[in-house]
Amino acid sequence: MALLEIKDLQTQFFTSAGTVKAVDGVSYTVEEGETVAVVGESGSGKSVTAMSIMRLIPWPPGKIVGGSINFDGKDLLALTDDEMRSIRGRDIGMIFQEPMTSLNPVLTIGMQLTEPMIAHLGMSEEAAMEKAKKLLGMVGISEPDRRLAQYPHHLSGGMRQRVVIAMALACDPKLIIADEPTTALDVTIQAQILELMKDLTRELGVAMIIITHNLGVVARYADRVNVMYAGRIIESGNASDIYHRPRHPYTLALLKSVPRMDRQREAKLDPVDGQPPDLTKLDGGCSFRPRCRFAQDHCAKSFPALEDIGGGHTSACFEKDNLDKEVKDVVG
Amino acid sequence: MSEAVSQKRNTRTGSSEGFDEVLVDVRDLKMYFPVTEGVFVPRVVAQVKAVDGVSFQVFRGETLGVVGESGCGKTTTGRCILQLEKPTAGEIIFYGDDITKYDSKQMIDVRKKIQVIFQDPYSSLNPRMKVGEIIAEPMKVHNIITDEAERQKRVRYLLNVCGLASAFADRYPHEMSGGQRQRVGIARALAMDPEFIICDEAVSALDVSIQAQVINLLEDLRDEFDLTYLFISHDLSVVRHICHRVAVMYLGNLVELADGDELFENPLHPYTRLLLNAVPIPDPDIEKGRAHEIIKGEIPSPINPPPGCVFHPRCPMAVDNCKKQIPQLREVKPGHWVACTEV
Ligand SMILES: Nc1ncnc2c1ncn2[C@@H]1O[C@H](COP(=O)(O)OP(=O)(O)OP(=O)(O)O)[C@@H](O)[C@H]1O
Ligand SMILES: Nc1ncnc2c1ncn2[C@@H]1O[C@H](COP(=O)(O)OP(=O)(O)O)[C@@H](O)[C@H]1O
Ligand code: SF4
Ligand code: SF4
Ligand SMILES: [Mg+2]
Ligand SMILES: [Mg+2]
Repeated sequence: MALLEIKDLQTQFFTSAGTVKAVDGVSYTVEEGETVAVVGESGSGKSVTAMSIMRLIPWPPGKIVGGSINFDGKDLLALTDDEMRSIRGRDIGMIFQEPMTSLNPVLTIGMQLTEPMIAHLGMSEEAAMEKAKKLLGMVGISEPDRRLAQYPHHLSGGMRQRVVIAMALACDPKLIIADEPTTALDVTIQAQILELMKDLTRELGVAMIIITHNLGVVARYADRVNVMYAGRIIESGNASDIYHRPRHPYTLALLKSVPRMDRQREAKLDPVDGQPPDLTKLDGGCSFRPRCRFAQDHCAKSFPALEDIGGGHTSACFEKDNLDKEVKDVVG
Repeated sequence: MSEAVSQKRNTRTGSSEGFDEVLVDVRDLKMYFPVTEGVFVPRVVAQVKAVDGVSFQVFRGETLGVVGESGCGKTTTGRCILQLEKPTAGEIIFYGDDITKYDSKQMIDVRKKIQVIFQDPYSSLNPRMKVGEIIAEPMKVHNIITDEAERQKRVRYLLNVCGLASAFADRYPHEMSGGQRQRVGIARALAMDPEFIICDEAVSALDVSIQAQVINLLEDLRDEFDLTYLFISHDLSVVRHICHRVAVMYLGNLVELADGDELFENPLHPYTRLLLNAVPIPDPDIEKGRAHEIIKGEIPSPINPPPGCVFHPRCPMAVDNCKKQIPQLREVKPGHWVACTEV
């Protein structure tokens, strides 16, 4: 059985402007030890999906209105708040874009690192301190003794994110959810942090969901990829299929929008026109329709289901078998 | 502009071929910011060497990229050219004159010709003004078009050129998306009919497909209005796509400068090599075959930059001499400049 299985998840925000269908029927699985990426543009529902797994959707205005989330044999949506708290930070670690989301500015690094170990694992203060030192070493922070006594503002952005990774690993989690963990960092620091996360998750056998809008990061680090658009997964598969044999017009459009550092420039970029839809105004048809070059009349009538095209590669598009020419244009 | 020229521009970024008229000449630019202590009687206790002796030329019609990590001095260089900072030392030659010596009256004409587009369109647009007023304002202030109706006509024209319907003139910035606001920022920069635009992380805050739309717009405008860009960005993929030449900065120094294709295919400075290596390429098969060499440590403080070559504490090629000798930028191949003694 998969470590995490999300089925038909629906999360909505009830706002004065209408009901925001932020996550609208998302299903995916994460196997033990695997790195799964979720990509998509801003507002597509990546973070809300992650917050739903953690049961951190703020009510009001937000609510999980349907679906199920199975983690390590437990139905997360059926747990009490107390039971959920003991899973968060222990079995599931979290890393966010802005490290200060996870760090308390008025507590020392040492207190913040040891607290979850003492609370969740019942470790003694001394044992937790010892482990905290080891963790700081693992994430590449020198002079751990000195750092444990320091406060977050003594550290650079890259070092803070390393501390957050150490915190996420502190209680030997089975899964880490990293939401844009390096978006705020320079590429060189991004490479350091992602390499570190890759090594540690492989070494320790921890599974990871990495949420990002950076297609390069996905190509370098993910085993499998879920592409989100307007609250749904519209294509998923292994990284090679997604990049070389995309079967959804939106995925294709994304690939045609990214400039490449490794090639001489040949032509202008060829992005889709327009913007993502307003999630309060979705109709019953394919939500990519207004921007889609392949759209047909039937695309307005119902929403295309995510269908298997073989080898664990799925696509939600009525025209998925008719994209050949453009796919060749992109992948050569 | 002739068909031939715009064709060349569209397909030949990555090369500086055909550009030979110097538009801006930056000579040994230094910008030190004082670090002060004491609330009532502040005294200067140190200097932040944000830019520490940078020289380069910008050719008319080209797009010169400036890349490097956060804090390396990209924005400060741009702000000095715009005369938003008074440089500590150095010259900025524009039309044969050193504009660092200009008084504010002399600067008025320069300001029309040099414009800027910022990263965050939200904070750079006045939230209480309608988009039409925002674009019209510089024309009003500089008396470019005095007739109100004519000005409104030009506003609509500029909006359309930037891919926005005329109706956007009546909206407020907060009623628009990030991509649309960035188009407003571009329209405002174009209002003065500038020759030179400094784009400081102009597309960095935008999502993939919106970013691509704005990149295409900047390229179209460059060709249509014969613009020259200084394209400041930390995104090396975007820079490779849009720039003819690229300058790499590290800790206030210019460490490498070359044509785009040459720099990306044949980087010579150890820092440039590591920087390029850190950029992930959107192709999992290529990534599998790439050796990932991770740069160690973090950028030192510009208050106390390391002696000798500023890169030596992190440089895998460093030798003893690097701690003492400051490497000068030298031309190792035609058009390819590097500041490293070991190359
Ligand atoms: N007004 C100022 N006073 C003091 N220090 C400053 C000032 N402006 C910039 N600096 C410092 O100068 C250095 C260069 O800053 P600059 O903004 O030019 O960097 P940058 O390359 O544009 O970085 P980023 O990629 O983060 O935009 C930094 O160390 C910065 O903290
Ligand atoms: N607290 C909230 N109240 C109302 N709408 C929200 C809230 N949080 C998120 N949303 C909406 O849910 C949608 C998905 O957001 P999110 O998951 O954060 O996107 P991303 O893919 O960028 O992570 C967006 O339309 C966003 O505006
Ligand atoms: S279902 Fe139709 S509109 Fe939707 S992506 Fe496919 S072709 Fe385009
Ligand atoms: S001069 Fe020395 S330290 Fe500096 S980049 Fe060259 S080899 Fe490295
Ligand atoms: Mg998000
Ligand atoms: Mg800057």
